[in-house]
Amino acid sequence: MLGPFDYAVTLISFLAEAYVVVCLCVSKNYFRYFSLNIYMLAAASATVGQVITLRHFGLTSQVYGYVYYYTDALLTIALFFVIMSFYQQVFHQMGVGRYVRWASIFLLSATALFSYLVVRRMPSHHLTNRFVVEMSQNLYFVGVVLTYLLWGAVVKLRETRTRLIQLVLALGIFFSSNAACYALRNLFPALEPSFLKWVPPLAGTFLPLAWAYTFTKISEDARLETARVALPRMAAHQPS
Amino acid sequence: MIAALICVISVAAFLQFFISYSRSIIAAYRKSELSEQVREVVGIEGQEVNSDQFGRLVQLVRLCPQRGDDRTDLKVVGVYYWMMGVVRSVARQLAPRITSWAERERAGCAYFVAVALDRRIAYSRDLLAQQMSDR
Repeated sequence: MLGPFDYAVTLISFLAEAYVVVCLCVSKNYFRYFSLNIYMLAAASATVGQVITLRHFGLTSQVYGYVYYYTDALLTIALFFVIMSFYQQVFHQMGVGRYVRWASIFLLSATALFSYLVVRRMPSHHLTNRFVVEMSQNLYFVGVVLTYLLWGAVVKLRETRTRLIQLVLALGIFFSSNAACYALRNLFPALEPSFLKWVPPLAGTFLPLAWAYTFTKISEDARLETARVALPRMAAHQPS
Repeated sequence: MIAALICVISVAAFLQFFISYSRSIIAAYRKSELSEQVREVVGIEGQEVNSDQFGRLVQLVRLCPQRGDDRTDLKVVGVYYWMMGVVRSVARQLAPRITSWAERERAGCAYFVAVALDRRIAYSRDLLAQQMSDR
Protein backbone atom coordinates (compact mmCIF):
# COMPACT_ATOMS: atom_id res chain seq x y z
CA MET A 1 0.00 0.00 0.00
CA LEU A 2 1.37 3.38 -0.96
CA GLY A 3 1.27 6.27 1.50
CA PRO A 4 0.81 10.03 0.98
CA PHE A 5 4.57 10.49 0.67
CA ASP A 6 4.76 8.08 -2.30
CA TYR A 7 1.87 9.83 -4.05
CA ALA A 8 3.43 13.25 -3.36
CA VAL A 9 6.78 12.15 -4.83
CA THR A 10 5.04 10.68 -7.90
CA LEU A 11 2.98 13.84 -8.43
CA ILE A 12 5.97 16.20 -8.04
CA SER A 13 7.99 14.06 -10.42
CA PHE A 14 5.20 14.05 -13.04
CA LEU A 15 4.63 17.80 -12.76
CA ALA A 16 8.36 18.56 -13.05
CA GLU A 17 8.65 16.33 -16.15
CA ALA A 18 5.66 18.01 -17.79
CA TYR A 19 7.00 21.44 -16.80
CA VAL A 20 10.36 20.80 -18.49
CA VAL A 21 8.63 19.85 -21.75
CA VAL A 22 6.32 22.88 -21.65
CA CYS A 23 9.21 25.16 -20.66
CA LEU A 24 11.34 24.03 -23.60
CA CYS A 25 8.42 24.33 -26.03
CA VAL A 26 7.62 27.86 -24.86
CA SER A 27 11.26 28.96 -25.09
CA LYS A 28 11.47 27.39 -28.58
CA ASN A 29 14.26 25.07 -27.48
CA TYR A 30 12.34 21.87 -28.19
CA PHE A 31 14.65 20.65 -30.96
CA ARG A 32 17.82 21.87 -29.29
CA TYR A 33 17.13 19.44 -26.44
CA PHE A 34 15.17 16.91 -28.49
CA SER A 35 16.40 13.73 -26.74
CA LEU A 36 15.85 15.30 -23.34
CA ASN A 37 12.28 16.21 -24.32
CA ILE A 38 11.55 12.73 -25.60
CA TYR A 39 12.94 11.31 -22.36
CA MET A 40 10.80 13.65 -20.25
CA LEU A 41 7.67 12.76 -22.25
CA ALA A 42 8.47 9.05 -21.89
CA ALA A 43 9.13 9.45 -18.15
CA ALA A 44 5.83 11.31 -17.64
CA SER A 45 3.96 8.61 -19.61
CA ALA A 46 5.71 5.87 -17.61
CA THR A 47 4.67 7.57 -14.35
CA VAL A 48 1.03 7.61 -15.50
CA GLY A 49 1.29 3.99 -16.67
CA GLN A 50 2.77 2.87 -13.37
CA VAL A 51 0.03 4.60 -11.36
CA ILE A 52 -2.72 3.01 -13.53
CA THR A 53 -1.12 -0.45 -13.19
CA LEU A 54 -0.75 0.05 -9.46
CA ARG A 55 -4.41 0.95 -9.03
CA HIS A 56 -5.59 -2.00 -11.16
CA PHE A 57 -3.27 -4.78 -10.00
CA GLY A 58 -1.81 -3.66 -6.66
CA LEU A 59 1.70 -3.01 -5.39
CA THR A 60 2.66 -6.65 -4.83
CA SER A 61 1.36 -7.96 -8.17
CA GLN A 62 3.72 -9.39 -10.75
CA VAL A 63 2.23 -7.16 -13.46
CA TYR A 64 3.18 -4.02 -11.53
CA GLY A 65 6.66 -5.45 -10.95
CA TYR A 66 7.09 -6.03 -14.70
CA VAL A 67 5.79 -2.58 -15.60
CA TYR A 68 7.90 -0.80 -12.95
CA TYR A 69 11.24 -2.47 -13.66
CA TYR A 70 10.96 -2.72 -17.45
CA THR A 71 9.83 0.89 -17.91
CA ASP A 72 12.67 1.87 -15.58
CA ALA A 73 15.20 -0.07 -17.68
CA LEU A 74 13.84 1.42 -20.93
CA LEU A 75 13.94 4.93 -19.48
CA THR A 76 17.55 4.39 -18.40
CA ILE A 77 18.45 3.38 -21.95
CA ALA A 78 16.57 6.46 -23.22
CA LEU A 79 18.75 8.55 -20.90
CA PHE A 80 21.84 7.21 -22.69
CA PHE A 81 20.60 9.07 -25.77
CA VAL A 82 20.28 12.23 -23.70
CA ILE A 83 23.92 11.76 -22.65
CA MET A 84 24.88 11.30 -26.31
CA SER A 85 23.12 14.55 -27.20
CA PHE A 86 25.17 16.29 -24.49
CA TYR A 87 28.34 14.74 -25.94
CA GLN A 88 27.29 16.14 -29.30
CA GLN A 89 26.86 19.62 -27.79
CA VAL A 90 30.24 19.45 -26.04
CA PHE A 91 32.10 18.21 -29.13
CA HIS A 92 30.08 20.34 -31.57
CA GLN A 93 32.90 22.74 -32.40
CA MET A 94 35.31 19.89 -33.03
CA GLY A 95 33.04 18.54 -35.79
CA VAL A 96 32.91 15.00 -34.45
CA GLY A 97 29.10 14.65 -34.56
CA ARG A 98 29.36 11.67 -36.93
CA TYR A 99 31.57 9.76 -34.48
CA VAL A 100 29.22 10.53 -31.60
CA ARG A 101 26.31 9.10 -33.64
CA TRP A 102 28.31 5.93 -34.33
CA ALA A 103 29.28 5.70 -30.68
CA SER A 104 25.62 5.96 -29.65
CA ILE A 105 24.64 3.15 -32.07
CA PHE A 106 27.49 1.04 -30.70
CA LEU A 107 26.44 1.82 -27.14
CA LEU A 108 22.84 0.81 -27.77
CA SER A 109 23.95 -2.45 -29.42
CA ALA A 110 26.37 -3.20 -26.58
CA THR A 111 23.68 -2.52 -23.98
CA ALA A 112 21.18 -4.75 -25.81
CA LEU A 113 23.77 -7.54 -26.12
CA PHE A 114 24.75 -7.22 -22.48
CA SER A 115 21.11 -7.34 -21.34
CA TYR A 116 20.52 -10.39 -23.55
CA LEU A 117 23.52 -12.16 -22.01
CA VAL A 118 22.29 -11.34 -18.51
CA VAL A 119 18.81 -12.70 -19.32
CA ARG A 120 20.22 -15.86 -20.95
CA ARG A 121 22.39 -16.56 -17.91
CA MET A 122 19.37 -16.66 -15.61
CA PRO A 123 17.95 -20.14 -14.89
CA SER A 124 14.44 -19.04 -15.91
CA HIS A 125 13.20 -16.02 -17.80
CA HIS A 126 10.94 -14.94 -14.97
CA LEU A 127 11.39 -11.55 -13.44
CA THR A 128 13.21 -12.47 -10.26
CA ASN A 129 14.08 -9.86 -7.69
CA ARG A 130 17.80 -10.56 -8.02
CA PHE A 131 17.70 -10.29 -11.80
CA VAL A 132 16.05 -6.85 -11.88
CA VAL A 133 18.33 -5.51 -9.18
CA GLU A 134 21.42 -6.72 -11.03
CA MET A 135 20.25 -5.45 -14.40
CA SER A 136 19.30 -2.02 -13.01
CA GLN A 137 22.60 -1.82 -11.15
CA ASN A 138 24.54 -2.52 -14.37
CA LEU A 139 22.50 -0.13 -16.50
CA TYR A 140 22.86 2.70 -13.99
CA PHE A 141 26.56 2.02 -13.66
CA VAL A 142 27.01 2.34 -17.44
CA GLY A 143 25.24 5.68 -17.03
CA VAL A 144 27.68 6.70 -14.27
CA VAL A 145 30.67 5.87 -16.46
CA LEU A 146 29.27 7.71 -19.49
CA THR A 147 28.35 10.78 -17.46
CA TYR A 148 31.71 10.81 -15.71
CA LEU A 149 33.52 10.71 -19.07
CA LEU A 150 31.28 13.50 -20.32
CA TRP A 151 32.02 15.57 -17.21
CA GLY A 152 35.75 14.93 -17.76
CA ALA A 153 35.39 16.22 -21.34
CA VAL A 154 33.48 19.29 -20.10
CA VAL A 155 36.30 20.12 -17.69
CA LYS A 156 39.12 19.37 -20.14
CA LEU A 157 37.56 21.39 -22.96
CA ARG A 158 36.73 24.23 -20.58
CA GLU A 159 33.08 24.18 -21.51
CA THR A 160 31.56 27.33 -20.02
CA ARG A 161 27.83 26.98 -20.73
CA THR A 162 26.27 27.00 -17.26
CA ARG A 163 23.12 25.26 -18.49
CA LEU A 164 25.01 22.34 -19.96
CA ILE A 165 27.22 22.06 -16.86
CA GLN A 166 24.23 21.88 -14.53
CA LEU A 167 22.31 19.45 -16.76
CA VAL A 168 25.29 17.08 -16.85
CA LEU A 169 25.94 17.32 -13.11
CA ALA A 170 22.29 16.64 -12.24
CA LEU A 171 22.41 13.60 -14.52
CA GLY A 172 25.56 12.44 -12.75
CA ILE A 173 23.87 12.73 -9.33
CA PHE A 174 20.87 10.76 -10.63
CA PHE A 175 22.90 7.91 -12.13
CA SER A 176 25.41 7.58 -9.30
CA SER A 177 22.80 7.61 -6.51
CA ASN A 178 20.76 4.94 -8.32
CA ALA A 179 23.80 2.77 -9.13
CA ALA A 180 25.00 2.95 -5.51
CA CYS A 181 21.50 2.15 -4.25
CA TYR A 182 21.04 -0.92 -6.48
CA ALA A 183 24.57 -2.13 -5.65
CA LEU A 184 23.76 -1.80 -1.93
CA ARG A 185 20.50 -3.69 -2.49
CA ASN A 186 22.52 -6.43 -4.12
CA LEU A 187 24.96 -6.53 -1.21
CA PHE A 188 22.53 -6.02 1.68
CA PRO A 189 18.98 -6.98 0.66
CA ALA A 190 17.81 -6.41 4.25
CA LEU A 191 18.40 -2.65 3.88
CA GLU A 192 15.79 -2.35 1.12
CA PRO A 193 12.54 -2.01 3.12
CA SER A 194 13.97 0.45 5.64
CA PHE A 195 16.10 2.82 3.61
CA LEU A 196 17.04 1.86 0.05
CA LYS A 197 13.49 1.79 -1.33
CA TRP A 198 13.33 5.59 -0.99
CA VAL A 199 16.44 6.35 -3.06
CA PRO A 200 15.20 5.57 -6.62
CA PRO A 201 11.94 7.59 -6.32
CA LEU A 202 13.78 10.50 -4.70
CA ALA A 203 16.53 10.43 -7.34
CA GLY A 204 13.82 10.11 -10.01
CA THR A 205 12.19 13.26 -8.66
CA PHE A 206 15.47 15.13 -8.25
CA LEU A 207 16.40 14.83 -11.95
CA PRO A 208 13.32 16.54 -13.48
CA LEU A 209 13.31 19.08 -10.65
CA ALA A 210 16.98 19.95 -11.19
CA TRP A 211 16.45 20.21 -14.96
CA ALA A 212 13.32 22.32 -14.45
CA TYR A 213 15.37 24.61 -12.17
CA THR A 214 18.15 24.87 -14.76
CA PHE A 215 15.82 25.68 -17.66
CA THR A 216 13.94 28.24 -15.57
CA LYS A 217 16.78 30.06 -13.83
CA ILE A 218 19.81 29.65 -16.05
CA SER A 219 19.69 31.43 -19.38
CA GLU A 220 21.17 29.90 -22.51
CA ASP A 221 23.82 32.65 -22.57
CA ALA A 222 24.96 32.20 -18.95
CA ARG A 223 28.62 31.26 -18.65
CA LEU A 224 30.64 29.73 -15.82
CA GLU A 225 34.30 28.81 -15.48
CA THR A 226 34.59 25.05 -14.98
CA ALA A 227 37.65 25.61 -12.76
CA ARG A 228 35.28 27.18 -10.22
CA VAL A 229 33.03 24.13 -10.28
CA ALA A 230 35.26 21.08 -10.71
CA LEU A 231 37.10 19.58 -7.77
CA PRO A 232 40.60 21.12 -7.35
CA ARG A 233 42.44 18.04 -8.65
CA MET A 234 40.26 17.77 -11.76
CA ALA A 235 40.58 21.50 -12.48
CA ALA A 236 44.38 21.24 -12.14
CA HIS A 237 44.40 18.90 -15.16
CA GLN A 238 42.91 21.53 -17.46
CA PRO A 239 45.21 22.48 -20.35
CA SER A 240 46.69 25.94 -19.92
CA MET B 1 32.56 -8.41 -5.50
CA ILE B 2 31.34 -6.55 -8.61
CA ALA B 3 28.45 -5.04 -6.63
CA ALA B 4 30.88 -3.81 -3.95
CA LEU B 5 33.12 -2.25 -6.60
CA ILE B 6 30.15 -0.58 -8.31
CA CYS B 7 28.96 0.70 -4.94
CA VAL B 8 32.31 2.28 -4.03
CA ILE B 9 32.80 3.88 -7.46
CA SER B 10 29.22 5.17 -7.55
CA VAL B 11 29.42 6.71 -4.08
CA ALA B 12 32.71 8.42 -5.03
CA ALA B 13 31.16 9.68 -8.29
CA PHE B 14 28.05 10.84 -6.44
CA LEU B 15 30.13 12.92 -4.02
CA GLN B 16 32.07 14.48 -6.87
CA PHE B 17 28.94 15.30 -8.87
CA PHE B 18 27.15 16.69 -5.83
CA ILE B 19 30.11 18.88 -4.81
CA SER B 20 30.43 20.23 -8.36
CA TYR B 21 26.68 20.82 -8.62
CA SER B 22 26.64 22.77 -5.34
CA ARG B 23 29.68 24.76 -6.45
CA SER B 24 27.96 25.64 -9.73
CA ILE B 25 25.10 27.16 -7.74
CA ILE B 26 27.44 29.01 -5.35
CA ALA B 27 29.63 30.30 -8.22
CA ALA B 28 26.69 32.16 -9.74
CA TYR B 29 26.34 34.21 -6.52
CA ARG B 30 30.11 34.76 -6.16
CA LYS B 31 29.96 37.45 -8.85
CA SER B 32 27.65 39.65 -6.75
CA GLU B 33 29.19 42.14 -4.34
CA LEU B 34 27.70 42.63 -0.90
CA SER B 35 26.04 45.96 -0.20
CA GLU B 36 27.22 48.23 2.59
CA GLN B 37 23.94 47.68 4.44
CA VAL B 38 24.27 43.90 4.65
CA ARG B 39 27.88 44.17 5.74
CA GLU B 40 26.78 46.47 8.52
CA VAL B 41 23.87 44.26 9.58
CA VAL B 42 25.94 41.09 9.67
CA GLY B 43 29.15 42.75 10.86
CA ILE B 44 31.31 41.85 7.88
CA GLU B 45 34.50 43.71 7.02
CA GLY B 46 35.52 43.68 3.36
CA GLN B 47 33.99 41.18 0.95
CA GLU B 48 34.89 37.99 2.84
CA VAL B 49 32.33 36.24 5.05
CA ASN B 50 33.35 34.01 7.93
CA SER B 51 32.07 30.43 7.59
CA ASP B 52 30.81 30.43 11.19
CA GLN B 53 28.30 33.13 10.28
CA PHE B 54 26.37 30.70 8.07
CA GLY B 55 23.79 29.76 10.73
CA ARG B 56 23.13 33.37 11.71
CA LEU B 57 22.80 34.42 8.07
CA VAL B 58 20.29 31.63 7.41
CA GLN B 59 18.22 32.83 10.38
CA LEU B 60 18.27 36.39 9.02
CA VAL B 61 17.29 35.16 5.55
CA ARG B 62 14.29 33.37 7.08
CA LEU B 63 13.12 36.65 8.63
CA CYS B 64 13.01 38.40 5.25
CA PRO B 65 10.07 38.10 2.83
CA GLN B 66 10.76 35.48 0.19
CA ARG B 67 11.59 36.41 -3.36
CA GLY B 68 10.54 32.86 -4.18
CA ASP B 69 13.52 32.05 -6.41
CA ASP B 70 16.25 31.08 -3.97
CA ARG B 71 14.65 28.48 -1.70
CA THR B 72 15.99 25.48 -3.63
CA ASP B 73 19.44 27.04 -3.85
CA LEU B 74 19.48 27.64 -0.10
CA LYS B 75 18.53 24.03 0.60
CA VAL B 76 21.23 22.61 -1.69
CA VAL B 77 23.84 24.97 -0.24
CA GLY B 78 22.71 24.08 3.30
CA VAL B 79 23.34 20.37 2.59
CA TYR B 80 26.69 21.24 1.02
CA TYR B 81 27.70 23.36 4.04
CA TRP B 82 26.83 20.48 6.37
CA MET B 83 28.78 18.05 4.18
CA MET B 84 31.85 20.29 4.21
CA GLY B 85 31.56 20.48 7.99
CA VAL B 86 31.76 16.68 8.13
CA VAL B 87 34.74 16.69 5.73
CA ARG B 88 36.50 19.31 7.86
CA SER B 89 35.96 17.36 11.07
CA VAL B 90 37.10 14.06 9.54
CA ALA B 91 40.15 15.52 7.79
CA ARG B 92 41.31 17.73 10.67
CA GLN B 93 43.82 15.21 11.99
CA LEU B 94 44.63 13.48 8.71
CA ALA B 95 44.94 16.09 5.97
CA PRO B 96 45.28 19.80 6.85
CA ARG B 97 45.06 20.78 3.15
CA ILE B 98 41.62 19.20 2.84
CA THR B 99 40.59 20.91 6.08
CA SER B 100 41.51 24.34 4.74
CA TRP B 101 39.78 23.57 1.42
CA ALA B 102 36.59 22.53 3.26
CA GLU B 103 36.81 25.72 5.31
CA ARG B 104 37.03 27.83 2.13
CA GLU B 105 34.02 25.99 0.73
CA ARG B 106 32.07 26.68 3.93
CA ALA B 107 33.03 30.36 3.67
CA GLY B 108 31.73 30.28 0.08
CA CYS B 109 28.41 28.90 1.37
CA ALA B 110 28.22 31.69 3.95
CA TYR B 111 28.93 34.28 1.23
CA PHE B 112 26.15 32.75 -0.85
CA VAL B 113 23.64 33.18 2.00
CA ALA B 114 24.87 36.76 2.56
CA VAL B 115 24.14 37.57 -1.10
CA ALA B 116 20.71 35.92 -0.78
CA LEU B 117 20.07 38.09 2.29
CA ASP B 118 21.19 41.17 0.41
CA ARG B 119 18.76 40.40 -2.42
CA ARG B 120 15.90 39.76 -0.02
CA ILE B 121 16.53 43.04 1.81
CA ALA B 122 16.51 44.88 -1.52
CA TYR B 123 13.27 43.08 -2.40
CA SER B 124 11.69 44.08 0.96
CA ARG B 125 12.70 47.68 0.36
CA ASP B 126 11.08 47.65 -3.08
CA LEU B 127 7.90 46.18 -1.58
CA LEU B 128 7.82 48.86 1.09
CA ALA B 129 8.45 51.62 -1.44
CA GLN B 130 5.64 50.24 -3.60
CA GLN B 131 3.22 50.19 -0.68
CA MET B 132 4.15 53.76 0.27
CA SER B 133 3.58 55.00 -3.27
CA ASP B 134 0.20 53.18 -3.46
CA ARG B 135 -1.08 55.10 -0.42
